[in-house]
Amino acid sequence: MAQTQTPSAIAAPRSPYARRKTTRGNFELYSWVFMRASGVVLLVLVFGHLFVNLMVGEGVHAIDFAFVGGKWSSPFWQVWDLLMLWLAMIHGTNGVRTIVNDYAQRDSTRGVLKVLLYLASTIVVILGTLVIFTFTPCPPGAPAELLPSICFPN
Amino acid sequence: MWSWVAHRVTGVLIFFFLLVHILDTALVRVSPEAYNAVIGTYQTPIMGLGEAGLVAAIVFHAFNGIRVILVDFWAKGPKYQKAMLWVVVGLFVVTMAGFLPRHLMNVFGGGH
Repeated sequence: MAQTQTPSAIAAPRSPYARRKTTRGNFELYSWVFMRASGVVLLVLVFGHLFVNLMVGEGVHAIDFAFVGGKWSSPFWQVWDLLMLWLAMIHGTNGVRTIVNDYAQRDSTRGVLKVLLYLASTIVVILGTLVIFTFTPCPPGAPAELLPSICFPN
Repeated sequence: MWSWVAHRVTGVLIFFFLLVHILDTALVRVSPEAYNAVIGTYQTPIMGLGEAGLVAAIVFHAFNGIRVILVDFWAKGPKYQKAMLWVVVGLFVVTMAGFLPRHLMNVFGGGH
């Protein structure tokens, strides 16, 4: 019954195998690689962020304008937060995009959800970037007791 | 299967918190008073419990994400995927055991 054929006995195909030319590019591959690469970096950035903001000192109770102003007076935390903002937003947007593609079955529903997603992400990333770069730790006219100590040298 | 579901659920939760968190942080650009008023609501007991849940979601998503990477790139990853899930659970428990007492003390232990 069972025919035993050695691999060499299989007839050669009539036409050589030709990979179908795709016109879609490698976007999904790059997004798959990005999720893994950014994920590793985000683990360090987010765990560091949580440790400094929630574990050190009084934790969440210590967070106020003066705390943020003190952090963003240093280029180190500006770069840290900028990197975290961009990587986390692209990582999260790409993850939600995958989920929308998986569960929204109608073309129109999927389209609307993704337009809303990209719109929200773009606005939030631009806003966050502007805030980090245009932030002033010592706004003129603000009550002194709300400002970080760097506003009062010596 | 369930770790995959949990990865998606925690991912979506974290994403929506992130959107809100960037907007509330943007208030530093409005005025110290506006920022302090909103961040003050993060320091209530109910929000404190929410933060504990958020950190739990982040810690699971982070460790399980490393597991996904190892399954994808490590030759023996698929063979040990189940064992690695238990490592994820173990690391999760250890990390939360370090975080929760400290955070809950900050939230409920008087403070401001």
